[in-house]
Amino acid sequence: MDSKKLFRAGTAVFWLAVLVLVALDTMGTGGIRVEPPPIALGSGQAASGGHCSGR
Amino acid sequence: MRWITRLVLVLIGLSGVLAVTLATGIRQGLLTLVGIGFGAVLQGARFGFTTGWRDFIEHRNPQGLWAQMLLLVLAAALTLPLIAGSGGELVGAVAPLTFSLVLGAFLFGAAMQLADGCGSGTLYKAGAGAPLSFAVLPTFAIGSFVGASHQPGWIALGGLPAIDLLQYGWPTALAVTVIGCCTVAALAGRAARRPEPANPVAKMQQLARSAVASFVAQPVSSSADATGGWARRWWIGAVLLAVLYLIHMVVAGQPWGIVYGIGIWGAKLFSVFGWSPVGDPFWGVAPHAARLAEPLLADVTSVTNLGLIFGALAASRWNGTATFKTPSGKRLLAACVAGLIMGYSSRMAFGCNVGAYLGGIASASVHGWVWFALAFAGSILGVRIRNRIAA
Repeated sequence: MDSKKLFRAGTAVFWLAVLVLVALDTMGTGGIRVEPPPIALGSGQAASGGHCSGR
Repeated sequence: MRWITRLVLVLIGLSGVLAVTLATGIRQGLLTLVGIGFGAVLQGARFGFTTGWRDFIEHRNPQGLWAQMLLLVLAAALTLPLIAGSGGELVGAVAPLTFSLVLGAFLFGAAMQLADGCGSGTLYKAGAGAPLSFAVLPTFAIGSFVGASHQPGWIALGGLPAIDLLQYGWPTALAVTVIGCCTVAALAGRAARRPEPANPVAKMQQLARSAVASFVAQPVSSSADATGGWARRWWIGAVLLAVLYLIHMVVAGQPWGIVYGIGIWGAKLFSVFGWSPVGDPFWGVAPHAARLAEPLLADVTSVTNLGLIFGALAASRWNGTATFKTPSGKRLLAACVAGLIMGYSSRMAFGCNVGAYLGGIASASVHGWVWFALAFAGSILGVRIRNRIAA
């Protein structure tokens, strides 16, 4: 298989898998979250947490 | 025909942003857009942290390091005043100076040279279709998930508490950051490999220029000539990434990160096979337990990561089809193992090149500088191993 076909096939499989997994996850975990304000700065709320630094 | 491809890519990107917005809100939609921007800039400018370090280690080419220092200074200058005045709405990446940081950063630095990409590099190269990065991604996720679970145990081994320079005021914190970055840039410029001048007069001129370059920490002609000038892609990439870093901070309230999201992906995948976060010292406690219970699209780093991968895909297809060499089996296996180590060690070290190096230094946390020093030392070892494998 040449690199163009390989690129297209790999990309298609990857994004298909991502879409299916994200859709299943979103359907299975919906309705349990309070939506934060659109922008953190000026919202009056502390950052929700969940960062590589461990906080 | 090319405009059709571009139109399709833009429409797919906007559809993705709209879908995320509808599913999880405006903030997550905006962060997806920022992620697309990160991916497009990283791929468009070929802004590789790993490559920048390797260029310096192997060829004494300081351009990548200069660009990274420019990015750090700009990111710090744009965000430190905001963090200081936000009253807790915005937070930096601050972490303790533990033994795990030292060991984890060294291992990460070595592994990222074998995987041919750090945290952001793996994502944007996978987005662009690089087979090696596609292979690294799953092992990176497993490593990040397991490493996070073990992180509290590593921290318990001890060390020093976090040193947040913002406690001395943002002007002081920014000044220390700028001095640190200028020092690194000057040292890199001084160590840059230059061609031997043909005559004594030229040699004297080069020495004089070299002295000026190392003093003012600017890429003046001598060092620029040796490396073909400071390629525009490097400094344009640094400026654009700094602007995106600022937008991310303002929207999300926290610095740009990579490995936290990848760890969440691993945890979600393992939970499908029966693993439970209950009782886990990391995933079972706040705020991580909440992140796991929520939809993936509600996690800040997950949506920016997904946006980044798509942004890199779009940038790589903007001017036609990208081509890649298929790596050898030995190279592929080494990269998969390196991905596992990268994922695990990034959690020991409180992040990768984005969350710890960029985020830490731009947040004026000393752990960012420790991460940089140890990861760079690890990269020297990693480049040697990489060359042996390639041979």
